[in-house]
Amino acid sequence: MLGTPVFAGVPSVSATGMVLMSPTTTGLLLEATGVSKTYGAVVALKSASLAVQPGEVHALMGANGAGKSTLVKILTGAIRPESGRIAVHGRERTVHSPAEARRSGLVSVYQEPSVIPDLDIRANLRLTETPLEPFRQWVHDLGLKNLDLSRLARRLPLASLRIIDLARALAIEPDVLMLDEMTAALPANLTERVLEVIGLQRGGERSVVFISHRMIEIAAVCDRATVLREGETVGVVDVTAGTEERIVELMLGSIVEGLPERAGETSTPAAGTAAPRLTVRGIAVGQKLRDASFELRSGEVLGVVALEGQGQDELFDVLSGSERPSGGELLVDGKPASFGHPADAIRAGVVYVASDRAEALLMQRSVRENIALPFITRIRRWGPIDLPAERRTVDAAVKRLQIDVRAGNEVRRLSGGNQQKVTIARWVAGGVHVLLCFDPTRGIDILTKQQIYVLLRDLAEAGAGVLLYTSELKEVQLVCDRAVVIFGGRIVKELVGAEADEAQLLRAAYHLRSGAVMPEEAAGAAVESATGDIREAGAPKDEAEIQA
Amino acid sequence: MSASVRTNQWLSVVGWRGLFRDRPIIPLIGLLGVLIVAIELADPGIVGPEWAGVIVRASVPLAILGGCQTLAMLTGGIDLSVAAVASMSGFVTATLLHSPGGVAQGIIVVLVVAAVAGLLNGIGIGVFRVHPLIMTLGMSFVVLGLANVWQLQNVQTGAGVPDSLRWIGSTTFADVVPYNLLVFIPLTALILVGLRRTGYGRLLYAIGDNPVAARLSGTRAWQVLIVLYVISAVMAAIAGLLISGLTNTASVSLVDASLLPSVAAAVIGGTSILGGRGGFGGTIVGALILTVLTALLTVLGLPEPSRQVLFGAIIVVVAAAYTRVTAET
Repeated sequence: MLGTPVFAGVPSVSATGMVLMSPTTTGLLLEATGVSKTYGAVVALKSASLAVQPGEVHALMGANGAGKSTLVKILTGAIRPESGRIAVHGRERTVHSPAEARRSGLVSVYQEPSVIPDLDIRANLRLTETPLEPFRQWVHDLGLKNLDLSRLARRLPLASLRIIDLARALAIEPDVLMLDEMTAALPANLTERVLEVIGLQRGGERSVVFISHRMIEIAAVCDRATVLREGETVGVVDVTAGTEERIVELMLGSIVEGLPERAGETSTPAAGTAAPRLTVRGIAVGQKLRDASFELRSGEVLGVVALEGQGQDELFDVLSGSERPSGGELLVDGKPASFGHPADAIRAGVVYVASDRAEALLMQRSVRENIALPFITRIRRWGPIDLPAERRTVDAAVKRLQIDVRAGNEVRRLSGGNQQKVTIARWVAGGVHVLLCFDPTRGIDILTKQQIYVLLRDLAEAGAGVLLYTSELKEVQLVCDRAVVIFGGRIVKELVGAEADEAQLLRAAYHLRSGAVMPEEAAGAAVESATGDIREAGAPKDEAEIQA
Repeated sequence: MSASVRTNQWLSVVGWRGLFRDRPIIPLIGLLGVLIVAIELADPGIVGPEWAGVIVRASVPLAILGGCQTLAMLTGGIDLSVAAVASMSGFVTATLLHSPGGVAQGIIVVLVVAAVAGLLNGIGIGVFRVHPLIMTLGMSFVVLGLANVWQLQNVQTGAGVPDSLRWIGSTTFADVVPYNLLVFIPLTALILVGLRRTGYGRLLYAIGDNPVAARLSGTRAWQVLIVLYVISAVMAAIAGLLISGLTNTASVSLVDASLLPSVAAAVIGGTSILGGRGGFGGTIVGALILTVLTALLTVLGLPEPSRQVLFGAIIVVVAAAYTRVTAET
């Protein structure tokens, strides 16, 4: 492998100078070209390609929603592409089911364990016709000692199930093994063994396609990386020391032109001294969220940025009252608060807009009932409803958010954007104190997005504190006064909103220092803080960074 | 142009289905009419004011029990203890006929006992998250058992269904209008208005439609569920008193045969067993349909087993057809 990153458009020339596009002559193990997939109006994959050589560990990289998981699911037959060509050993294949993919030598291990919880391990293995002896050997090699095959799957910890999934896949000796966020749920020692085993696959006949959010793991085991952006393959890179930056650049692409206008003015410096609405001190949830501390002030929109599964879900669950933290302290307007139920949080003025509208809406009820729902939940509001007063409040909220209520008899008949507006209107109608938004603009049209940005700014202007988690990094610069980045359950960076461009945020989200190769020591800390049981190792450094 | 034509055709289909979905009472009343015509054809001259009075009188207790199921089903639950509670209620009132407080005391006692049974149902379902089917089925055995214990310890002469219950449960005004409507009409008004115009009614729908959304909006479901099952049990006790008066019988298993028809009345009436959809109006029509159907099968002179088979089959067909027609495409 050459030491320099090679940008490869599509079609492209690989680092070794071989032309990737002619399958019969290259000896590629797996080749996918022009793969596309749409879900309704949402384009999951536009034109993805992937070329895997025998004996390599190939990373598949991309920001949230770039299409990695979709591509893997297509390659293993779990979903069907709209177009595209898949060739294994140079021969074209149509892969219609996981079983067919398996016969072609393509096997994947997904993010979630794929065992049947109420069967024991032996029965689970029998279901997939996994040869027992190789399985035992792999389990042993992967560092899972004394596995009792007669135990029910549901009684085993998540980490063991992940190892079992991996060993099961290895035991059937696939030509191409695809690992989708395999290491996300593993403790440090098991991660190490898994990476070792993957590394051993190098150089032989077989290949591994490896998806991970942890740049350090990519650097440790991968030979080459294919980078996806917005459903397209934008480059293939040789992984060597220093290529992290290159990969991040590819994931970002050229900065998008024609950004929408910044939604309203961000706060003046005076807002920095405004009263804190919400103070979070050392909030922890088991191993998922280790130490979150920040202040949300009156009049500001605070962005939260993280890759998938870094603890942001737990943070919002705690703040919205859905889950009790295992440690730490929460203050609302300077007064200690403890939420055992969302009702407690709502009473304290902390309200939550979920990204999953199916979770937040009464789909069979009217817009009006959905918006008025929080007004009637307390026992003293169970009596007769003052319908004219309710109509006035609801109408005001509908008008403010410009909700199209023509199909308002049943919320499920509304468009996604209108549905999302209803979930926000519910809280706006009652007056907002602290608003928690978890990816509120996911999967909605650009116009509605813009309206939501303006609304969030307006609410902040009126004195509310808004906490905004977003998977669209552009939004941070558009809407937020400040942003915090969570990695491995800790807040690793804080940025000023105006400076938080996508590059900065993505580097921080991958826990990379800007403009520099990750030093060995920091890399080690990153793995620990991302995976390990060691709590102290990464912490002082992270805090120092926040001060800076 | 062709696209717009197609849209119009679609609209008419959607409109037809929409009628079933949004106003389920209209097609149900149509079905009721068909059954009445059928019974008139089977036995010409039978349908008249007096016949209607008999049908309504028999439908009222079933509609109340169906109301219990409707309220529970709106939240995604069910109340299988209504039959046992109703039987207990009629039976215990009869045994307390000669107690110092008389009939009034008996009625108060059974309403309180029913409320306690409902409270326990609600605590089990709302707080301890026992499935409603299991919890209320278990409760029905507990209530039946306790009623049997009461029966063994209170062997006495002179007990019987109080005259006042017989009057309200079985007699009619001018041989047409049953007096049990004196109980039923206010109760119906309360339920209909309660479901539409009160915060509590909305929460029943909310919990059944999407428990997660209800919770995220601040609803504490256990509070709603406890109140729900208390209301259901008290309504069941009232139905039991009317049935006892109607049949002039007091037995610990008097209402057992009405348990499944009470569920059927709610389902035929358009209440989804999955929660969040339905209402009491449909259930009332559902109860009338079942009563007329029973009458029709009796008029046809079929032997009892065939009647049961037909009754069951028709309920299944109606419910299935209804689900198909109203399902989202």
